[in-house]
Amino acid sequence: MFAEMKRVAFGAACVSALVGGMVGVAEAKTALTLYYPIAVGGPLTQVVDGMVADFETANPDIDVTAIYAGNYNDARVKALAALTAGEPAQLSVMFSIDTYDLIEQDAIVPFDDVVKTDEDKAWLDSFYPALMENGRTLGKTWGVPFQRSTIVMYYNKDLFKAAGLDPNHPPTSWDELAEMGKTLTTGDHYGIMIPSTGYPYWMFGALAKQNGETLMDGDGKVTYFDKPAVVEALRYWRDLSVKYGAMPEGTIEWGTLRQNFLEGKTAMMWHSTGNLTAVKKDATFDFGVAMLPGNKMAGSPTGGGNFYIFKKSTDEEKAASLKLIQFMTAPERSAQWSIATGYMGVSPASYETKALTDYVAEFPPAAVARDQLKYATAELSTYQTGRVRKLLDDAIQSALTGAATPEEALKGAQSQAEALLKPYL
Amino acid sequence: MSPDRRSWIHAWLLLMPAAIVLIGFTYYPAVGTVVESLWTNGTVIRPSKFAGWDNYAQVLGDPVFRKVFRNTVLFALGTVPPAITLALLMALWVNGGLAGRALVRLAYFTPTILPMIAVANIWLFFYTPGIGLLDQIGHGLGVEGHNWLGDADTALACIMVMTVWKEAGFFMIFYLAALQTLPPDLIEAARLEGAGRWTIFRRITFPLLMPTTLFVLINALLNSFKLVDPLFVLTKGGPDNATNLLLYYIYETGFSFFDGAYAATLTVVLLTLLAGIALTQFAVLDRRIHYR
Repeated sequence: MFAEMKRVAFGAACVSALVGGMVGVAEAKTALTLYYPIAVGGPLTQVVDGMVADFETANPDIDVTAIYAGNYNDARVKALAALTAGEPAQLSVMFSIDTYDLIEQDAIVPFDDVVKTDEDKAWLDSFYPALMENGRTLGKTWGVPFQRSTIVMYYNKDLFKAAGLDPNHPPTSWDELAEMGKTLTTGDHYGIMIPSTGYPYWMFGALAKQNGETLMDGDGKVTYFDKPAVVEALRYWRDLSVKYGAMPEGTIEWGTLRQNFLEGKTAMMWHSTGNLTAVKKDATFDFGVAMLPGNKMAGSPTGGGNFYIFKKSTDEEKAASLKLIQFMTAPERSAQWSIATGYMGVSPASYETKALTDYVAEFPPAAVARDQLKYATAELSTYQTGRVRKLLDDAIQSALTGAATPEEALKGAQSQAEALLKPYL
Repeated sequence: MSPDRRSWIHAWLLLMPAAIVLIGFTYYPAVGTVVESLWTNGTVIRPSKFAGWDNYAQVLGDPVFRKVFRNTVLFALGTVPPAITLALLMALWVNGGLAGRALVRLAYFTPTILPMIAVANIWLFFYTPGIGLLDQIGHGLGVEGHNWLGDADTALACIMVMTVWKEAGFFMIFYLAALQTLPPDLIEAARLEGAGRWTIFRRITFPLLMPTTLFVLINALLNSFKLVDPLFVLTKGGPDNATNLLLYYIYETGFSFFDGAYAATLTVVLLTLLAGIALTQFAVLDRRIHYR
């Protein structure tokens, strides 16, 4: 695998070697290379560059090269390829669910080995606990939250009024969601759409949590795909279309769903908070944002990217990386990042900054993702995470398209996942 | 040094630049892939060990591979013959003396100019249920909307239609070029003998176009195995692998599952398949083709 990525990265490595050579790093300075992904729209590379420039001003002895590396998948491939090619890369923002893969590749160090002072240790505990779940395993902390999200429900208040429903009372339970969805469905539009391409396992994590169950254990070695409550969650998802007729049959495309919502073809949609700014900009109707409805409890998985520190770096570089991460996740920067993107502030302190307090007062939907955090759970992440995720995705899609019953589909996925994870137990 | 020996050295020196590039970027990786397919996937914690044929056995037992293989064959059957037929029809049409034929030629060729990712994004909105072009036309005619890409029964066909639309214009250019070089005297002679248009096409034009057809056929087939870009935009191989094609599956295995060894194994399978197809085509069809 590494040999392969080496080949892929060769060109990129040549270019960055050239650039590095030209910059001519001064002896006394610590040079850091940071890879980061952008998974939502907008000119966000400028925001990151601005934050990095501020950091360099504050720390003249550290030199940071921030490299935008595409989406989450690209960022992971590029950063790991640079490492194997012997290129400098000390830290990276990558998918929060990459933790197990990165540990297995022996690519990252736990933060516990890098933090030294009590102050640093307190910093490590300053984040929302739900955002730390995906980064904690084997008793250590491997990832620190940076660009994080949850799933929220966007709803069209105009369509609610037209259907005779209270536009300030979005559904809060599964029964209400089904009932209201049915009422809201007309020949012209549907009541609810939950996307089932791209990240079906993510949406399903929410439904399972709402039914009182998680999809895996905290060590990434056991999955719970065939537990009765999980099967029931998938049956409910399917029922929204076949039983209640509130959702179109078949899979629903992640990429075009926002357009469907903006054109009034669905009264409600489940989507990442990352879409908030885009919906706010383009909606021609009055819309609301609500927490996802619950069944046994409320729930949504978290999502997004964490900071990781690579093992292949000197102690000075690790210390400098820690400094940079502390800078980027400080309350003021986190607030700035949240306003620019729609991602949530990563610590309670970020919501106490003036910038974010003012923004939330002016635009209350910006706080929904945060309020939902207390019901949040980790995003699906295990060893062999890509394969396990795909097993679940395929099972969900086969149930939603009617090719298999929810029970058959999830039983199959579970037994295959067990076979994959057996060597890790 | 004998002159013989010198020309021998010259020959190798002339071949060297191309040879280095080919060896470095084609043959060495190909051999490396075969070697990698015989080992297990190594991580730092679990080092790679010799696996022999285990990876190939895994391919045979892999239900997703079977589905993907079936899809790939269907995709080739569903895109190559229609694209070639359409290309030939379009070429015959714009080869005639119709008014404004430059415009028509350009129109037929346009899909080829567009980048695949852009095309896929446009078609994504054609197929989108409710707000998509297809459903809006259907709505006007009173036809019920359909979740084209979200239904396992229609998703692969949707991608085939888009591919045929995209590829036909490209192949048309080859046919058009070939048609322009056909000697008019043969056709005139046939006309004097009283042959109808269909007979002329069947007995003269089509046989003379056979070298082009072979060329186009090989290219179309190879393309159909190499084409994965629209999947990233349209379906990501879903729903439930209904549109997953071999090359996309290899990409997934390599870069999303981090299983380099299995990806290498699948690559060897794909390479063998492609080499087999190319050889068969050259060996079998070549003998039946009339070259001038």
